[in-house]
Amino acid sequence: MIPAPFDYVAAESAAHAIELLSQHGDDAKVLAGGHSLLPMMKLRLAAPEVLIDIARVADLAGISVDGDELVIGATTRHADLASSELVRADAPLLAHAASLVGDPQIRHRGTIGGSLAHADPAADLPMALVALGGSVELTSAGGTRLVAADDFFAGFFETALEPGELLTAVRVPRRPGVAWGYQKFVRRANDWAIVGAAAIDGRIALANMGSVPVRARAAEQALADGASAADAARLAADGTSPGEDIHADRAFRQHLARVLTRRALEHIS
Amino acid sequence: MSILGTRVLRTEDPRFLTTGGVYTEDLTDEALDGACHVFFVRSPIAHARIGRVDLSAALAAPGVIAAFSGADLADLPAIEPMMAGMLNAKMTRRLLAIDKVRFVGDPVAVVVTEDPYQGEDAVELVDVDYDPLPAVVDFDDALSNETILFEDAGTNVVVEFGNAGSLKPELFDGCEVVVSHTFGNQRVAPAPMESRAAAAVWGEDGRLTTWIPNQGAQSARDDLAKMLDVEASQVRVITPDVGGAFGAKFGADPEHAVVAWVARQLGRPARWTETRFENLISMTHGRGQRHTIMIGGSRDGDVLGYRLEIIQDGGAYPRIGAVLPFLTIMMATGPYSIPNAEAIGTSVVTTTTPIGAYRGAGRPEATAALERALDLFAAEIGMDPADVRRRNLLPPFTEPHQTAFGALYDSGDYAAALDKALEAAGYADLRAEQASRRASGGTVQMGIGVSCYVEITGGGDESGAPQENATVEVHPDGTATILTGTSPHGQGHSTAWAMIASEELGIPVENFTVRWGDTDLIPVGGGTGGSRSLQQGGAAVQQASKELIELARERAAAALEASAADLQFDPGRSAFAVAGDPDASVRLADLAKDERLFVHSIFTAPGATFPFGTHVAVAEVDTETGKAVLRRVITVDDAGLVLNPLLAEGQRHGGIAQGAAQALLEEVVYDADGNPLTASFADYPIVSATELPSFELASMETPTSYNPLGVKGIGEAGTIGATPAVQSAIIDAVAHLGVRHVEMPTTPMRVWRALVEASAQGTDSESA
Repeated sequence: MIPAPFDYVAAESAAHAIELLSQHGDDAKVLAGGHSLLPMMKLRLAAPEVLIDIARVADLAGISVDGDELVIGATTRHADLASSELVRADAPLLAHAASLVGDPQIRHRGTIGGSLAHADPAADLPMALVALGGSVELTSAGGTRLVAADDFFAGFFETALEPGELLTAVRVPRRPGVAWGYQKFVRRANDWAIVGAAAIDGRIALANMGSVPVRARAAEQALADGASAADAARLAADGTSPGEDIHADRAFRQHLARVLTRRALEHIS
Repeated sequence: MSILGTRVLRTEDPRFLTTGGVYTEDLTDEALDGACHVFFVRSPIAHARIGRVDLSAALAAPGVIAAFSGADLADLPAIEPMMAGMLNAKMTRRLLAIDKVRFVGDPVAVVVTEDPYQGEDAVELVDVDYDPLPAVVDFDDALSNETILFEDAGTNVVVEFGNAGSLKPELFDGCEVVVSHTFGNQRVAPAPMESRAAAAVWGEDGRLTTWIPNQGAQSARDDLAKMLDVEASQVRVITPDVGGAFGAKFGADPEHAVVAWVARQLGRPARWTETRFENLISMTHGRGQRHTIMIGGSRDGDVLGYRLEIIQDGGAYPRIGAVLPFLTIMMATGPYSIPNAEAIGTSVVTTTTPIGAYRGAGRPEATAALERALDLFAAEIGMDPADVRRRNLLPPFTEPHQTAFGALYDSGDYAAALDKALEAAGYADLRAEQASRRASGGTVQMGIGVSCYVEITGGGDESGAPQENATVEVHPDGTATILTGTSPHGQGHSTAWAMIASEELGIPVENFTVRWGDTDLIPVGGGTGGSRSLQQGGAAVQQASKELIELARERAAAALEASAADLQFDPGRSAFAVAGDPDASVRLADLAKDERLFVHSIFTAPGATFPFGTHVAVAEVDTETGKAVLRRVITVDDAGLVLNPLLAEGQRHGGIAQGAAQALLEEVVYDADGNPLTASFADYPIVSATELPSFELASMETPTSYNPLGVKGIGEAGTIGATPAVQSAIIDAVAHLGVRHVEMPTTPMRVWRALVEASAQGTDSESA
């Protein structure tokens, strides 16, 4: 339970972190809250040669308003997200999702940027971002590009982040007063979702129903066509190919996706 | 007023809650200065022949002092299974595997480094050639003997307790209803907070001193001596604070011996602390039985016949787990009067982690099988499960009751426990609420599980009658010391033993020091396990204290120039006084001034005691997702008189939590190739507070005559009673939908699948 040897560099600014990233390339991993990366290193599933610590970079944290969007710094902690009045008013689904990540200790260490870059399809925040139709800012020495949540998650623990790019901020549309639904199915309170469903404004995202957080597009289409929540939810698992593990096989996951989607939609109506 | 029976706060807690315990890894004893660190290379393959073991790359790694493989320890004797007379003695083990590995986690080599960080890097450089053999994970694969773990043994069967040929076909003659079923009592991980560890150093006198977290230093010493092929007198085991054990830290493991061997080989102290990953794959697991039950009786609820056939998974090397069917069989009919009953068991080896003792060890399995059988019978005849139980319980008895399976129950009033638990639960109201919820057809349904049990605690070992020793000494400064052969690791013996002696000696509880776990100081002791400590270790403390008073009386008589018979001991002043002349008195402490004042005493019990009780669980099940939530647990646990309700409740709480965990959550899982799938706490779901309700404990105290304290064991009641109660509650919540059984752990997927199957059968029978 001890990581393989590695070097550690504390970045002084976002620009410095990006410079370090371009310098070390694939040998480096970015450390923020460390609550996904460090366990993987201790289990030796990850063995980066260099850790670039961005946790104390002031310009990467914080929550602000930019027109119709909330802009959330990458190192904003889950606990800060969950308790932010701004987020609770303008993106309550995201605040709720953040309040369900792990346990209180994890929520005081883990960061939104870290969770999204880690890209665990069973995690709360990736599903929430896809449901909200948010986007991420990816910054490199060459500048910043904006990638929609739907395009960001590329596979199991894989994202659109290119070598030398740092996830610097997250953008979500402001929707004060818009009803939403969020369902996370777990055996124990602090577990990852066996399946999750999040719904808002006609969009439905599912956790742990594939290698990335996926949209329940058939159900979304049915809603758009005027179907009831119950009828739309019956289509929630269409097109999904979830993995199997000791908690759930494929058929059970698809069943849960339908039940949880219906409950999320019923919460809205 | 007597201190016995009162809620004395744990004297252990101020230290644990402030400076913290000192566990083996924390030790800073100067004898351990300059210790090297041992790290184990463990097999990643369930079953294989070992080819070349290449240590060269590891030896060249930074900080590596030495590396050894099984061949280096080949001079040491093969380890025979414990109770080798009973178990297949050819199923032996080497400290480090030599020819074959037999489970993922089997140690094959060690790397020794200057600091522990270097060891974890260096073990990755040890190159072992494995020639894989088929894994044996399933009970039936083991029984088929197609792949045999121990070629010399010629079979995977470790031991048989009876055999199928002895079963009586006529057992169920005259039964109007007979129900049979096969189900599992799954393998679970003890998962103590403190993993295994060792620190070892050899003195210039050639003696080994080793610190090991354990449940009894004396048995750990004897195991180590055997494994290292030295005399027991050459070994001193010291027990630091122990962070949980649950049966899995009894005795010593091969790893403990290897650490000692390394220390001797290198001539310097050696230390080892296993990782959580190692702990989950190589500390002994618990349970691991499969039951086939058959139960029969009359339509009005009389159980007339019961048959239990057990297969026990012993894991790769037979240990205490392989013996557990013996206890399961002994307790097969539990608290019930069943005219015709028979039980047999077979233990097998598989290419999985060895099975050892785990809280209850054999008795939870007996209760789970029987209570599940009774529920299936009740469902078949359409009778309330509580009524079926009441109808078949043994009547109250105060003289020992002999069962058909050789158990001698000391005292019991099983129906009173059942009625008390049902009343505390509000059983009739619960059933009414259940009926209305069923009628309303809501998504979340409610179930009630009832489990009656009797169990065996404080049994003797191979050497005969159950006994324990204690030494009580009063010092001139008014303090006192107790030496005990038990070995607490959370139970609170410092508090309890002080209470018992305080009652006799009139010395305040806070003036006692209780010591255990040093084989030089306390060479004899039975340790703590099988819920034996209070009824034997506590009774020994009481006996020694009473004898100390009599010894002191003689000295007091001399000091006061009075006849011993005229002296009265006043515990309130901890002093002797001459009857009729209270001013002529002498304090107990003063009698220790000129000569040490102490007594060593051995308490021998007439036999094991049999605590009993009833657990009621209330669960809700989401019939769409299959998720079960435990809402209430109400228990009556009668373990005789209660010395300290605070400590007893703590034992009940922990046991109930672990029992509920087995019913709801926990299971060690292997894939077909013998790879462990639950080797971290991300995958092995130990129960947490969020999954448990507050427990409702009703009290009931039926004294036993087997010890002067009137006490029985309470440590394991929780897992014995709660496991089937919780499982039954979950099944009961969906029983009206046609579900008769759900395997443990009752995962959402299992409950959902049972509902789907019941629904399909319901549809079939409607259309038929």
